[in-house]
Amino acid sequence: MELFVFICAAAMVLAGALGVVLRSNPVHAALSLVLTLFGIAVMFVSQQAEFLAAVQVVVYAGAIVVLFLFVIMLLGVDRAENLETEPLGIQRPLAIILSIGFVALLVTTIVQGRDSLNMRGDGLITADSGDHDANIRQIARSIFSNYVVAFEVTSVLLIVAVVGTVVLARKRKSEKDLTVVSA
Amino acid sequence: MIAITRSLLGIDPLFDGGLLWTPLFIVILKVLVVFVIGLVATMLMVWFERKAIAGMQNRIGPNKAGPFGLLQTLADGIKLFFKEDLLPERADRLVFRLAPYLSFVPAFLAFAIIPLGGDYRDGNGGVVTWFGHQTRVQLADPPIGVLFALAISSIAVYGIMLAGWSSGSKYPLLGSVRASAQMVSYEAALGLSLAAVILVTGTLSTSGIVGSQSSLGSWNIVATGVIPFIIFLISATAELNRPPFDLVEAEQELVGGFNTEYSSIRFSLFFLAEFMNTITMSAVIVTLFFGGPQPISIGNTTLDIPLINNSLEGSIWLIAKVLVFLYIYIWFRASLPRFRYDQLMDLGWKFLIPASLGWFMLLAAQRLADNENWDQLIVMPLSIAVILVCFIFMQLAFRASSKNRESEGAAF
Repeated sequence: MELFVFICAAAMVLAGALGVVLRSNPVHAALSLVLTLFGIAVMFVSQQAEFLAAVQVVVYAGAIVVLFLFVIMLLGVDRAENLETEPLGIQRPLAIILSIGFVALLVTTIVQGRDSLNMRGDGLITADSGDHDANIRQIARSIFSNYVVAFEVTSVLLIVAVVGTVVLARKRKSEKDLTVVSA
Repeated sequence: MIAITRSLLGIDPLFDGGLLWTPLFIVILKVLVVFVIGLVATMLMVWFERKAIAGMQNRIGPNKAGPFGLLQTLADGIKLFFKEDLLPERADRLVFRLAPYLSFVPAFLAFAIIPLGGDYRDGNGGVVTWFGHQTRVQLADPPIGVLFALAISSIAVYGIMLAGWSSGSKYPLLGSVRASAQMVSYEAALGLSLAAVILVTGTLSTSGIVGSQSSLGSWNIVATGVIPFIIFLISATAELNRPPFDLVEAEQELVGGFNTEYSSIRFSLFFLAEFMNTITMSAVIVTLFFGGPQPISIGNTTLDIPLINNSLEGSIWLIAKVLVFLYIYIWFRASLPRFRYDQLMDLGWKFLIPASLGWFMLLAAQRLADNENWDQLIVMPLSIAVILVCFIFMQLAFRASSKNRESEGAAF
């Protein structure tokens, strides 16, 4: 059963990932990304990490990809792009080298860490224990006690990013006058 | 095996003995019943809305097909089936065909986590016995509970968004861009007011939330203070794209909105999804704030319906409560004029999100003081003062930004 769920979810993830890379239409690529995210959510559920699955769907599928699509629609880049023309020549060989390096890194990590993956954490409470919210309580406890500094710093980083975007997007008064004159 | 069933369908006493044939049969029965209830309720809702609106506008409304025009929706549905299915020339074929299902399926999925009945009295926890197996009168009770409803409502935006884009036409695109911006921004307020409920009940599962609201005083609308309920109701209306927030299909400005290019069965799927979502959202509101299938009881006296067994009575209470909210939605539509787009965004970002966040902080402070045995008389005024200071700062920021906008002109 667990293997069956894993195979289905893995197929979803891979099909979505291939779609993102191979589809020439950006909207189709974004939709394939949604498929990948859903596959990962299914894997989270089968590992009894329901909260992560829900967050995956709410945040990534529900907000971030919607934002991607929003930008694609507003900017009107919804036509299929010609993949033959390449603005940056070095981009492709660099991407190939980097992805080979990344795959090598991942494989090494998995091979090295295989033993520790088989072990279960000590304080792990599973859904079988009958406590409905054990999962969420554990996540909350570790986020707000052990990793509270990292958590807060991340939220500050997000705010800085938002403020920075607003500042960059705002026109200066003098620039605006210039554009009016040139128009 | 059992672990996977548990994490998919939740803690239901049905699966205590592993996955046997009878529990499997019960689950399939539940799926069927929920699906049929969804379809029939939607059909009746369309009729109810048309009839109620007609009454409010001094008309008769549908009265030809069947008694009181009850079968009008069925007749309309059959008519839609036989209409020509148009595919616009500039449409993106795949996405155009996919979009109606993307809005139709989530509408039904969200219904799966609503407790539809059962006996929650005397600490029974809504457990009933069917065919010798104990179970709950709800399709699934996953550990993430209400977060599932939130996830589904964040998926529902895809249907509308892609429908507008894939039509390859201007007005639907405008409608869908409006819709996605609106739904994404109101989801934040929806989630934050939901957090207040989760904070008070201390659980995410819908059956747990219903179970904790055993008397009128502990209904979450009272327990959280009325504010989260009001915010939830407003942002749910916006999330559903119902009047007064129906800018998605403002027919005076956008022809028909995101579904202009759709016809026949595909159009009817959108139509169905919209009404189904209204019913689901009303049921979610009732579950979260009004005790779901719990009867009305004050102190030790319970308003009991005689001669009917307690678990069936839960369903009757639920239907009665949901009907009240369906009527309120129709009432909104009949009496409120549509918002302007900038007003809509101002209401969402500048009022609802800060208000729900502030109220959440207030509840959290009260809870913390309760746990640590601090003096409530000091904590409450202090936290209210902090929130007031934040409010004043926010107002100053709004004033500064609107002054900037006036001096700089439009941003684009």
